[in-house]
Amino acid sequence: MSNHYVIIGSGIAGLVAAETLRKEEPKADISIVSEEPHDFYSRPGLAYFLRGDFPEKQLYVRSPEDVRKLNARRIHAKVEQILCAEHELLLADGKKVRYDRLLLATGALSVPPSFPGCELAGVVTLDGLNDTRHIIEQARRSRPAVVIGGGITALELAEGFACRGMKVNYFLRGKLYWADVLDETESKIVMERLRHEGVTIHTETQIKQALGVNGKIASVETQAGAILPCELLAVAIGVRPRSELAQKAGLTMDKGVVVNEYLQTSESDIYAAGDVAEAFDPVTKRRLRDVLWPTAIDQGKIAGANMAGRKLAYVKGIPFNVTMLTGLKVTIIGAIGGGKKNDDLITISRGESEAWRIAPNTSGTVSGQDDVNRVRMVIGERAIVGALVMGNQSWSRPLQRLIVAQSDITPIREALLGGGAESMAQLAHFYRDWEEKKAARITGT
Amino acid sequence: MAHKLAAPLQAISAPTLSLCAFDSAFDVLSQAQVVPEAANCVQCGMCSYNCPMGIDVRAHAWRGKAIRDSHCLTCSECVNRCPRGVLRFERIPLFVMK
Repeated sequence: MSNHYVIIGSGIAGLVAAETLRKEEPKADISIVSEEPHDFYSRPGLAYFLRGDFPEKQLYVRSPEDVRKLNARRIHAKVEQILCAEHELLLADGKKVRYDRLLLATGALSVPPSFPGCELAGVVTLDGLNDTRHIIEQARRSRPAVVIGGGITALELAEGFACRGMKVNYFLRGKLYWADVLDETESKIVMERLRHEGVTIHTETQIKQALGVNGKIASVETQAGAILPCELLAVAIGVRPRSELAQKAGLTMDKGVVVNEYLQTSESDIYAAGDVAEAFDPVTKRRLRDVLWPTAIDQGKIAGANMAGRKLAYVKGIPFNVTMLTGLKVTIIGAIGGGKKNDDLITISRGESEAWRIAPNTSGTVSGQDDVNRVRMVIGERAIVGALVMGNQSWSRPLQRLIVAQSDITPIREALLGGGAESMAQLAHFYRDWEEKKAARITGT
Repeated sequence: MAHKLAAPLQAISAPTLSLCAFDSAFDVLSQAQVVPEAANCVQCGMCSYNCPMGIDVRAHAWRGKAIRDSHCLTCSECVNRCPRGVLRFERIPLFVMK
């Protein structure tokens, strides 16, 4: 009899794990249990759907033919409890689902707001497609909106509302946007462009309470006592792993569900992948959280293969993401933080890695700027350890390749730390030689 | 210190072509194809939505495959609109079988 594999969660980690399982065991019995009734969709794509860049149907990442080939049973239900000893899931409707091996791919959820009035209708967070549909219904032209929080999601919400013609006020607790990842120049570039998009930014401003009429938000009061009209208040103060099931099941927990290098939890037949999992990083010797799409894909592949009996170790790569901030493409690779505080986020936001905030022991920062196009590198003892490329992305791929390979930059380190146009020219030559040598090694010439 | 950024790929003879280098590099229509960087793709679908020929660019990006569809006009809509910079033009290697 073939194994029954059960996956909780239909995000990208769950989908990739199911596809890997299907490849490994063409006849296996695979079930995906999810509270979301939708087909598989792109979570990062929600920002563009919110902006009105494309219709909802564009979000679905698999064709009906792909879904048919996957041949996984979809169970639309809330899981109440994992019964580890019995190898069963208890669903909210009382039914039970047996598993031989289980994957937790439950993702992360927004930290809920806690200020007075947060329960009013019109106070929203953005996690999934249902939230986005609900927000779009509420986001009417010329109506006043407020966004609070930091990171990528808060900006996506502010821009999404502005694109839909709302009058948007964005509250920042500090003076700068995303101060623990961007430097002052980068932050100011983004803030300036956001203002051009019609968003009013209120720095050093905190919400005191939301005020409502008939259960619906009508205005917000700031800590300083100002009252602003508000019919839609979006809160993006970070995300937390959705780990209640794991906790109830008694699995070993830290910030998320702790997994070993094979992505097994403390129960050997239960695996975890994606935003909910907390994997050990052998480089930093720490368990750092990522809420990143590429990490979820990598872990989904490894977890799926291991559930089918392989023994593949997950090695955490150098975290990177490419995101769009106020129309500017921004690539973030490795450790680029300067240890600054960001009061706008309680945890990390979607699309982020805790590793970005780490400042290496020995480093120098090199930056170059041409209007809004900017390259910033953090130089370690022997390698470039982090980079941020804003605007023109010509440097994104070369830096990503050099950083991931931890290429020894000793011959040009001094020149790089010298900064200026010359340092970038030296780096361009270094990169060309590095790629040529690499190609020569592959072809054996 | 603010200064002009050197373009890495001009110096590199390079596989990557940005549209501003259109005239000086090579004729996109006859010599280039759209190539994805699969690891950066979040499958948002912006590329497929904006392809005037209805090519499912997203599916190519998922598999890390170059767009070798004969309908591709190399019009650059997908390359320009991708919010994550996943797509680029690359010289079509000579003597490579499809």
